[in-house]
Amino acid sequence: MTRIRIDNLTKYYGDTLVLDAVDLAVGEHEVVCLIGASGSGKSTLLRCVNKLVPFDHGTIELDGVSIDDERFRNSNELYKRIGIVFQAYNLFPHLNVLQNITLAPRKVHGTPRQESEERAHELLTLFGMEQFAKSYPEQLSGGQQQRVAIVRALANNPDVLMLDEVTAALDPELIGGVLKIIRELKEQGMTMIIVTHEMGFARDVADRVCFLEGGRILEEGPPSQLFAHPENPRTRQFLQRIIEAGRL
Amino acid sequence: MSSGPRAPAPPARRTVSIREKYVPFLISFASVAVVIALVARLVTQAEHWPRIKLQFFNLDAIVAAFPTVLRGFGINMSVWAIALVAIAIWALVLAIFRSLSGPLLAPLKVFAILYIDLVRGIPSLLLVLLFGFGIPALQIPGLPRSSLFWGSVAMVLGYSAYAAEVYRSGMEAVHDGQRAAAKALGLSQWQTLRHAIVPQAVRNVLPALLNLAVALQKDVALLSVIGVRDAVREAQIYTARTFNYSSLIAAAFLFLIATIPMARLTDYVAKKDQERRLQRTV
Repeated sequence: MTRIRIDNLTKYYGDTLVLDAVDLAVGEHEVVCLIGASGSGKSTLLRCVNKLVPFDHGTIELDGVSIDDERFRNSNELYKRIGIVFQAYNLFPHLNVLQNITLAPRKVHGTPRQESEERAHELLTLFGMEQFAKSYPEQLSGGQQQRVAIVRALANNPDVLMLDEVTAALDPELIGGVLKIIRELKEQGMTMIIVTHEMGFARDVADRVCFLEGGRILEEGPPSQLFAHPENPRTRQFLQRIIEAGRL
Repeated sequence: MSSGPRAPAPPARRTVSIREKYVPFLISFASVAVVIALVARLVTQAEHWPRIKLQFFNLDAIVAAFPTVLRGFGINMSVWAIALVAIAIWALVLAIFRSLSGPLLAPLKVFAILYIDLVRGIPSLLLVLLFGFGIPALQIPGLPRSSLFWGSVAMVLGYSAYAAEVYRSGMEAVHDGQRAAAKALGLSQWQTLRHAIVPQAVRNVLPALLNLAVALQKDVALLSVIGVRDAVREAQIYTARTFNYSSLIAAAFLFLIATIPMARLTDYVAKKDQERRLQRTV
């Protein structure tokens, strides 16, 4: 079953074309990794899917319903069903971990406080972070904050989770804990679109890898094929640079 | 670990001798004392000093005027406290209006922009005169006729324009990622303001708001021009009766007692705020 279908997605920032007729379909339980150099349009693609930024042409569908449909326009359903985690965590600094996690369930989706807190504790325990429930973001390391941000996105029980370079701001020794959570989510069958620079991780966790350049998907395929036998010369060049930088 | 050579003992902590610790303090204390003594001597030796002392620092006059000046000062501080709360709320409303986006809400935004531009461009004294004399003169039934009330309203309306701009700067300083996160979680524009932006903005601008509070503490004396019998007015009345200015000094003294602790509090809050920001960037 196709969860998300993107057709002919085109997006300009001013006169700059950032997404050039992108087509992408993501099936249920599928993990798709988007790779490519900075400025290739990966993050913008994610931000179009949950309407953080408007796009100029094309359609995006969630379970066969356009995200511009009445149903999504006049409710919070889209945000409930598609979660996103950002590179800079973007936790609310004036709220503690528990409050960060329960804010949207309580205020947006009307879940009673007790129920949403139980769910938050459950998720925190699941990911080994129960001891931070009362901590404030500034008391946590970057890796811990990012794990909280993932839990916050999961608190709405989304059908799809989008991760935007979630390890890019972290020190190398903190990346492991975050990647572990993402692997666990994959095992639980979460549908994910992951923008990442961690090629080893992408190879490991992705069902499908898409290489973007200039706002287009130049090549896509299972990681075994795309990393080992890239067909497009641009993909080869990109991977070559990554290998030279010691990142693969 | 045990097989390795023993690490050299860390160097002994440098001890500061009593002399090194206290001598600089003593020197600065002594130099300040000497300067003050010199200035005091110069002033009191001056030809006109006895007359200045009699006119401004006459203890008998101060004692005589003090009770009424103090009662007036009570009015100053009550107006200040009530106005402070009203300004904090009304200015926040204005700042939120100004930050709104969307065509339906445009009238509120335009109202806030016009209000802030107009009110900030008019001297506080003029506002106080307009409201304090003007509105009671209309004699509209149902409206309060007290110049104290309308003068206070003028202070609130005037100061809110400044405080709104302070709030606005605090809201604009909140990182864009916070708005993106709130939107992605499904928070509406109002919920984003209420739960994400405004709490952070208020924390950001608290020192600046306290600075305004100190300024207001003195500006409430403007109400004296519309006949409110505050500290300044009472002091003037005493002066007019006795041709002695010591009552004004008594009023000044009362204002200082109120403003200096507020200024120190502002410094303290600003310092805490600075530390918090530093901690976050580490």
